[in-house]
Amino acid sequence: MAETVHNLLLGFSVALSPPVLLYAFVGCVVGTIVGVLPGVGPLAGISLLLPATFGLDATKAIVMLAGIYYGAMYGGSTTSILMRIPGEAASVMTCIDGYAMARKGRAGAALAIAAVGSYVAGTVSVVALMFLAPPLASFALRFGPPEYFALLILGLLVLAYMSSGSMVKALAMATLGLLLGMIGIDQMTGYFRFAYGVVELGDGIGVVPVAVGLFGLSEILATAGQETPPAVIKPTLRELLPSRQEWKESIWPIGRGTVLGFLIGIIPGSAHIISSFVSYAVERRLSRRPEEFGHGAVAGVAGPESANNSATSGAFVPMLALGVPSGPIPAVMLAAMMVHGVSPGPLLIKQQPELFWGFIASMYVGNVVLLILNLPLVGVFVNLLRVPYPLLYPGILVFCILGVYAVNSSVVDVWIMLVMGLVGYLLRKLDFEPAPIVLGVILAPMIEMALRQSLAMSDGHYAIFLTRPIATTLLTVGVLLVLLSLKSLVTRGLDWRARIAMAEKGEEL
Amino acid sequence: MLTTNRVAAVALAVLAVLVLFESRKLPLGSLHNPGPAYMPVLLALALLAFAILVAVYGGAGRGLSAVGWSEWRHAAAILGTCAFAAIALERLGYRLTMAVSLAFLIGVIERQGVILTLALAVTVAAGSYFLFDTLLRVPLPRGPFGL
Repeated sequence: MAETVHNLLLGFSVALSPPVLLYAFVGCVVGTIVGVLPGVGPLAGISLLLPATFGLDATKAIVMLAGIYYGAMYGGSTTSILMRIPGEAASVMTCIDGYAMARKGRAGAALAIAAVGSYVAGTVSVVALMFLAPPLASFALRFGPPEYFALLILGLLVLAYMSSGSMVKALAMATLGLLLGMIGIDQMTGYFRFAYGVVELGDGIGVVPVAVGLFGLSEILATAGQETPPAVIKPTLRELLPSRQEWKESIWPIGRGTVLGFLIGIIPGSAHIISSFVSYAVERRLSRRPEEFGHGAVAGVAGPESANNSATSGAFVPMLALGVPSGPIPAVMLAAMMVHGVSPGPLLIKQQPELFWGFIASMYVGNVVLLILNLPLVGVFVNLLRVPYPLLYPGILVFCILGVYAVNSSVVDVWIMLVMGLVGYLLRKLDFEPAPIVLGVILAPMIEMALRQSLAMSDGHYAIFLTRPIATTLLTVGVLLVLLSLKSLVTRGLDWRARIAMAEKGEEL
Repeated sequence: MLTTNRVAAVALAVLAVLVLFESRKLPLGSLHNPGPAYMPVLLALALLAFAILVAVYGGAGRGLSAVGWSEWRHAAAILGTCAFAAIALERLGYRLTMAVSLAFLIGVIERQGVILTLALAVTVAAGSYFLFDTLLRVPLPRGPFGL
C-alpha cells in the first residue's frame, strides 16, 4: 500500500509537470471532439493522430493518446443524447434513453449525468486498475478459446434476454449481425467470403458504417420528412442541471456501471461496447419501472456511460500488465507505445516506473480535465437543439458521410452506411431493435475464431466446452437464460420483457 | 394476417436462403474441422429457424397497414443524396460533393431561401474540410481545380 502511494506520488510529479499536463489537456479536447463527431470513434481518432505524436517523448505521447481515448468516451455521449447518433459504437445504448430524455426537455440533465457518471467511473476504475491489475489480469489469463467462445455466446444471449419484447426477434437480429460479420477474408483459410470482387470488403464490414447507418442515418430518414418535425427544445440554464430525483436515480447505476465496466474491460474483446450493452440490460432488469427504459430512464444513461468509461481503464489492465491488447483500441495504443520504444508487460512497471505511474496519474488528471471541460460546455452542445431540424439534419448527414469515409478513406464504407441506414429505417417500421446487429458484427470474427481454435485444440471434439469449468459455467448460464425466456410459453403469462414491449407501444397490460 | 413480424420474417428467411445458396461456393469442411462456409451456413440455418419462429408466433404483431410511411419521399431523397455523395466523393472532391448535396437538401428538399442555402452549403462543406483535412490531417479527396 505504502509502495503504491509512493509510486503514485512519483506518477503525479510526472503527470502534473506543465508539458505533460498540456498534452493531457490537448488529448482530452481532441478526444472529446473526436467522440462528438459521429462516426469518428476513438479507434479512428487514435489511429489518425498517432503520426502527430512521433515527435514527442514516450510519456507525453502515451498520455496524449490515452487522453484521446477517454475523451472520445466522454464526447461520444453528446451526439447520442442530442441527436440519437452514436459518436462511437460504445454510445449506442446511450442513444436510446439519452435521446428520449432530450425529447422530454432533459437534454442538459442527461449530458450532465453522463459527464459525472463518466468522471466517477473513470476515477474509480483507475484506482481499481492500480490495485487490482495483477490478480485480475492473472484470472483473465485462464481464458482460452473455449472460455472465450462461451463468454461471447453468453454475451449475445444476455443481450437477447435483456431486450424488451421477443427474445427470438433479438436473437434473429444478433444472427443477422453475425452473418454481416462473416463478410471478408476467412482468417483461418484466407478464403474471400461474400465479397463479390470488392477488395475493400476483404477486411470485413466495419463497425463504424454499420452503427452510423443503423442509428444515425435511419434516424434522419425516419424524422426528416415527418409532417410534424421534431420540436426544437430550448432549455433554460436551470434545465441543464439534473434534478435531485435524477441524481438519486443515477447513483446506483453509476456504481454498478463502474464495477461492471471495469470487470468486462479486463476481458478481451470490444469491452467498452459490450459493457455499455450489458450495463443497460442490467439496469433495465433491476429497475422498479423497467417500462421507463426507452422513454428517458435516467439509469439508461448513467449506467452505460459509466460502464464504457470504466471499461476503458479495465482494458488497460492486460495491456499494461501483460502486454496483451484486449481489443482494437488497446492494440493501437500498444503499437503506439512500441513506436516510442516502450515494451508493455510485467517488466514495464519495474523498468520504466515514471512512464507507468505517470500514465496512471495522468488518467486521474484527465478525468478532472474532462469533467471541467464537459460540464460547462453542456450549454454549448445543448444549443445545437435550437437549430431547426430541416437545417440541422443536412449537416449531420455530412458528418455521417465524412466520419464513415475518414476511417478507411473508402467510399465502400459510405455505401455500407447507406444500406445499413435503409435497413435500420425498415427495421424501425417493422418494430425490430437494431442494436443486436451492431454487437453481432463486432463479435462475429471473435466467435468464429474462438470456435475453430477450440476445435483445433480438442481434435474436433465439442466436448471441450463441457470439460472446462469456466466455459461450462458460462454456457450453463446461457442455457438457463434461454429456459427462463421460455417460461412464459409454459405458464401462458406475460413475462417482464413482454410487459415492457407492450408498455413501449403504449398498449394496456 | 399480414403483420410487421411476418413481413420481417419472410425477408429474413429469404436472406438466410440466399446465404445458404451463396455458401455453396466455399468449402464447408466437416463438423470436426470447419471450413470457411461452416459458420455462415450455421448462422443462416439459425436465422432461418428464427425467421420461422417469428412468422409462427408473429400473428400478434402490428398490422402492416398500421405502419405510417408519410416521410418516404424525404427518406428517398436523403438516400439519393447519400448515393450521389458516394459516387461523386472521389470524382468531384469532398468540398464540391458536400456543397452540392447540402444545397440540394436545404434548397430543394427543405425549400429554404437561396442565400441561406448557399451560405450553409459553402460554409459547412468548406468548414468541415478545414477541420478534418487541414487541422486534423485526415486526407479528404480533392476534385477538379484542387477543390
